[in-house]
Amino acid sequence: MPRQFELTRLLLGRLSWDAIPLHEPILVWTFVVVATGGAAVLAAITHYRGWGVLWRDWITSIDHKKIGIMYIVLGLVMLLRGFADALLMRAQQVFSFGHSLGFLPAHHYDQIFTAHGVIMIFFVAMPLVTGLMNFVVPLQIGARDVAFPFLNNFSFWMTTFGSGLVMMSLFVGEFARTGWLAYPPLSGIAFSPDVGVDYYIWSLQIAGVGTLLSGINLIATIVKMRAPGMTLMKMPVFTWTALCTNILIVAAFPVLTAVLALLSLDRYSGTHFFTNELGGNAMMYINLIWIWGHPEVYILILPAFGVFSEVVSTFCGKRLFGYASMVYATVVITILSYLVWLHHFFTMGSGASVNSFFGITTMIISIPTGAKMFNWLFTMYRGRIRFELPMMWTIGFMITFVIGGMTGVLLAVPPADFALHNSLFLVAHFHNVIIGGVLFGMLAGITYWFPKAFGYRLEPFWGKCSFWFWVSGFYFAFMPLYVLGLMGVTRRLSHFEDPSLRIWFGIAAFGAALIFLGILSFMVQLVVSFVRRDSLRDTTGDPWDGRTLEWSTSSPPPVYNFAFTPLVHDNDTWADMKMNGYVRPQHGFIPVHMPRNTGAGFVIAALSAVCAFGLIWHMWLVAAVACAAMLISVIVHTFDYDRDFHIPAEEVGRVEAMRTQLLAAAAHV
Amino acid sequence: MFDQTETSPRFYLTREYHPENGTLFGFWLYLMSDCLVFACLFAVYAVLGRNYAGGPSGSQIFELPLVAVNTSLLLLSSITYGFAMLEMQRNRLPATLAWLAVTGTLGAGFIGIELHEFAHLIQDGAGPQRSAFLSSFFTLVGTHGLHVSCGLVWLATLMVQSAKRGLSPENRRRLLCLSMFWHFLDVVWIGVFSFVYLMGVLP
Repeated sequence: MPRQFELTRLLLGRLSWDAIPLHEPILVWTFVVVATGGAAVLAAITHYRGWGVLWRDWITSIDHKKIGIMYIVLGLVMLLRGFADALLMRAQQVFSFGHSLGFLPAHHYDQIFTAHGVIMIFFVAMPLVTGLMNFVVPLQIGARDVAFPFLNNFSFWMTTFGSGLVMMSLFVGEFARTGWLAYPPLSGIAFSPDVGVDYYIWSLQIAGVGTLLSGINLIATIVKMRAPGMTLMKMPVFTWTALCTNILIVAAFPVLTAVLALLSLDRYSGTHFFTNELGGNAMMYINLIWIWGHPEVYILILPAFGVFSEVVSTFCGKRLFGYASMVYATVVITILSYLVWLHHFFTMGSGASVNSFFGITTMIISIPTGAKMFNWLFTMYRGRIRFELPMMWTIGFMITFVIGGMTGVLLAVPPADFALHNSLFLVAHFHNVIIGGVLFGMLAGITYWFPKAFGYRLEPFWGKCSFWFWVSGFYFAFMPLYVLGLMGVTRRLSHFEDPSLRIWFGIAAFGAALIFLGILSFMVQLVVSFVRRDSLRDTTGDPWDGRTLEWSTSSPPPVYNFAFTPLVHDNDTWADMKMNGYVRPQHGFIPVHMPRNTGAGFVIAALSAVCAFGLIWHMWLVAAVACAAMLISVIVHTFDYDRDFHIPAEEVGRVEAMRTQLLAAAAHV
Repeated sequence: MFDQTETSPRFYLTREYHPENGTLFGFWLYLMSDCLVFACLFAVYAVLGRNYAGGPSGSQIFELPLVAVNTSLLLLSSITYGFAMLEMQRNRLPATLAWLAVTGTLGAGFIGIELHEFAHLIQDGAGPQRSAFLSSFFTLVGTHGLHVSCGLVWLATLMVQSAKRGLSPENRRRLLCLSMFWHFLDVVWIGVFSFVYLMGVLP
């Protein structure tokens, strides 16, 4: 008997039937719904014989456009999970007053607010941003693909398997109960001995590697692969913001990797980095994680600024006002984002002079950001504005983000922060900038580039519903939190005694319901657009009268993006080409050199997830075998030298001739 | 071939355009990100390095002569990697492989001595669990050692690949990347040697 027990322990670690939360009806029902939905999807794929297509054309694809689309799908799927968590919290805070304890026990509630933060930042905002950059940047700079196409596929799968681990924690074991940054000593082994924090650590480590590699990849792409003639100051603004964001990624994510590694050493091997005894220092963790964390918020917002710049100049039909100042503002924000991290914990007690320094640097960031606002406003001034959906999101952003920015400057004043620290005022502030900035930006970007990706436009009616529900829902959901925060209500509470607060939580819950309708309308919009795709078809490749290179190719673009590499003379290259008599080449095509698909990225990322699962549950044998397999598959992959091929000139000619016909038909109509 | 009129500017290239390969630049970026990992570990050591918690201090446990031997092994291995690169440029495969083998042997010696040092410390009760100083010491030095070990696996792989396929452009590029990696680890070690060992034995 003891020998058998030893063997079970070696194979399964601390995993047992107790880890499956059969006693929690909410989780059981969630599992039933997820399992049924998952089974239906798998059955549908099998029924339509989709597995081969899925594997050949998507999972192993190294095409930056497909990887970009997959990132965005991942982000949208995870948005549903993250938003379900938000609804649960809003409902709990309405019901849990006085004698009623609501429907969520505290230990479940704590997991929900942690998962909500982690998912929304790492597995919604990051995939949406990375996906958009992946899809758009190579097209905007006239390149065939990114610098390292295989690495791109690998990065995507690392992110996806990281999010898979978070999802798994819902049904096998539990997630961290520490808040989204897992501060020690709470996240240390003494206070969180179960698997929650380990799920947190390993899902972020895996996704973090993916993000870092994709950052390196996109920097190398932008620096090395721009079309001839496109100097740095002729790059589209979205590409500029992507460059700065990826520089931030490469300069920030290693810090996250390092600090999480130190936390895991504390938890797994009994070291004393952040513990309370033997010389450990928990504030070291908090400093390091915010040295990553503050740049992270700019990693998210800069590409959104880029989207708004493209959208404003396209839908006002003129050049962006103050291109150079926009670029410099972006670069200044990039640098300043490293000099403000301490404003997240003014209450640490680092003294008046240190707090003043970080308070002032924080306020200075509002200057380049304000410059950007004025640039967008002046682009609209005397522009011929078309109020299409992306432009509506942009205006919604400009109004909302300015409010969020101003409450941010309030929080940057250290004495005010001492009163508002950890209150719902802070929660309202960062949702104000993340929803009003990043999320509106991503929705604007998705609507703007959707026709480029799929060849048909999104149907505007449901999009407008989504817009109005989102915007009004946002104000209903978060303005009450400002009020509550000013009254001193702290964040992350699952129960309240004072009944006079209840009305504000009621209003916030109503706002969350409106946002739910916004998300629902967006999904309806996707379905309706797909059904009516023939009438929404974009045959020209340039549905918005765009100004940058991605609109010069067909929608969706051919696998090689451009039959001939564009020559760039001016900013807004495509507008310049249209104005100065560009004629599409119709013959003389040449073979195109392209990278070959590979399944290695998927396999290595999957093995890393298995290894992480083993480490989470202390299944040392599984972890060791998976780690060895990972190393071996990396080495085996490097023995594959046959990584590219040529698309023959005739094939390019055939694809281009089809487009010529389409264009002629469109001109005829 | 040219449909465009003489007056309008040319908007595309009619030949195949090959941008410069970005591998070395990309690898350089990776090294800088790795450098940040070490920067964090150095920062942690700077903050926690004197928190002995009643345990031993650096001057009590560091054996400088042994570390000096260790350091010279690693520095020498950087020189021999340089020789390998010179031979690669002269397109001499056997000499390249021979110098790579010497480099690998020196690197393995470095790792061997480091493991010996670690085992010794743990035996004496100065393991990473003893104090925050020792936690940060073991992590900083151990992370460097882990990098060197990965470098050794990579070196062996590249030797097999070069032996099989010769000094092809791909293999040259790979050897150059490993070269950057190897010298980078050397630079980091100089930091470790100065800040951890030399400054650690000061009272």
